[in-house]
Amino acid sequence: MDKLDRELLEKIADLHGIPEGSYNIRKDGKSLARSSDSDIEILPRKDGKEGIDIFVRAGVKNKSAHIPVILTQGGLLDVVYNDFYIGKGADVTIIAGCGIHNDTCGEARHDGVHTFHLEEGSTVRYIERHYGEGNPEGKKEFTPVTRAFLKKGSTLIMEATQLGGVTSTDRLTTATVGKNARLIVKEKIMTSKSERAVSRFKVKLTGENSTADVISRSVARDDSYQSFVSDLVGKNRCFGHVECDGILLDRARILSTPKIDAASPEASLVHEAAVGKIAGDQLIKLMTLGLTEKEAEDTIIKGFLY
Amino acid sequence: MIELRNIGYSVTDERTGRKNVILSGIDLVFPDNSINVITGQNGSGKSTLIKLISGIEKPTEGSILYNGRDITDTSITDRAKAGFTTAFQQPVRFKGITVGKLLDIASDHKNNLAGLCDYLSVVGLCARDYIDREMNDSLSGGELKRVELAMAIAKGGDVFLLDEPEAGIDLWSFDSLTKLFTKLRGKTVLIVSHQSKIIDIADNIVLLDREGKPEVGTREEMLPAISASRNVCSVMEGSTNG
Repeated sequence: MDKLDRELLEKIADLHGIPEGSYNIRKDGKSLARSSDSDIEILPRKDGKEGIDIFVRAGVKNKSAHIPVILTQGGLLDVVYNDFYIGKGADVTIIAGCGIHNDTCGEARHDGVHTFHLEEGSTVRYIERHYGEGNPEGKKEFTPVTRAFLKKGSTLIMEATQLGGVTSTDRLTTATVGKNARLIVKEKIMTSKSERAVSRFKVKLTGENSTADVISRSVARDDSYQSFVSDLVGKNRCFGHVECDGILLDRARILSTPKIDAASPEASLVHEAAVGKIAGDQLIKLMTLGLTEKEAEDTIIKGFLY
Repeated sequence: MIELRNIGYSVTDERTGRKNVILSGIDLVFPDNSINVITGQNGSGKSTLIKLISGIEKPTEGSILYNGRDITDTSITDRAKAGFTTAFQQPVRFKGITVGKLLDIASDHKNNLAGLCDYLSVVGLCARDYIDREMNDSLSGGELKRVELAMAIAKGGDVFLLDEPEAGIDLWSFDSLTKLFTKLRGKTVLIVSHQSKIIDIADNIVLLDREGKPEVGTREEMLPAISASRNVCSVMEGSTNG
């Protein structure tokens, strides 16, 4: 692992060297290091596709697994399939994410397809960060797909963050939420220059008393474009809430497309969306505390996204 | 000392193109070490006056002097750094910014719990319960108002501009609030208020009138004028309701 690798890992996973516990570090399409134990076992896939299977033993508590990916070359398309099998009653944190350093003018792209199978009563906190750097002319692209199947009483908390340098992203998150299960998504996206970010959610609340809370916060600067599409279906007595808040700066554009489908008379679904410039009174308040307009703007954006 | 010389402020109605004069020909002096209560009917320009002094709005006529220096064209930030501290009538909400973070910004340093407790306990809030709360609608109107005042305390300064600081604060907490304002003696304090308990602690009172010149004087001098003004209001309200 060289200096660049370590810097990228720090940015996307707060890693300072090799992590403790189970991990799989993937670099430029190959596994760089892997370790697993009986609580969280990481194995190569058996179906010939690139990627890993992660098995979390039933009842395992307070354990974590790091599965970061780094790309340090241009002209690379890295497609990886990772499947997570979370045993009954387990409670774990999975830290994923991908950092691309592309010094070429060409394209570097990572497509991570992650499928979560949460058994009854299990809880997963899934943290995913995307980051790009290198030659401004070079493309750094992500097309992540996250699929989640939540069985009775399980909880998936997904925190997805994209804070800069990603020239193009098209995210798809789908979930099927069973009885008494909870899906909580917090997505934060910042785009600048001519970057494009599309984020699509398709959530089916199938189980009785299932809940979903999807909160997306985005900041779009310069000439960047963001699109947020949510499709929430309530098929039982359930509660779903989708919230999309966007701050627009410069000439940027944000499109929010909500769809809520109460397919059961017992379903209760809410969609909230607000896109606009930073409120003038927020800037003024912070300026009366002694901040300059620029400092006030940065403080508001930082608070909004972090 | 703050001096307003021939201050005027007007806005043009975009729809009708008509000029709406909010303040005109205002000459006022707010001495050092004084608590000044600005009162008057709704629409008499009290909040506008505060905004002009804090730099949020620019006067369309006249000039503002602070300790003899013309500050009419200085920015909000420069005035804040020069010691002007403003508490808004309507506290501003922030998504994602906590009460603790705002107090850190106001005081210009990172505070520990004890430090934050100093600012919040003065306004009757327990720091432990509030520092990690976001400054948003999850707080009640009264709580937002108290945090707004706590920010002013945390910032400190020499000139305090408080726009209806008691609005939304329950009557039970009123006495501690007036105590807080008396602690600001030694500064130049301007409070927009209609409350007699706040008028009671004023050294000077400015009674703004929609049409005429403001009436200014010490509390003793001004109490008859305020009573008369209130009688006018009650008569007007009576006639409207009737």
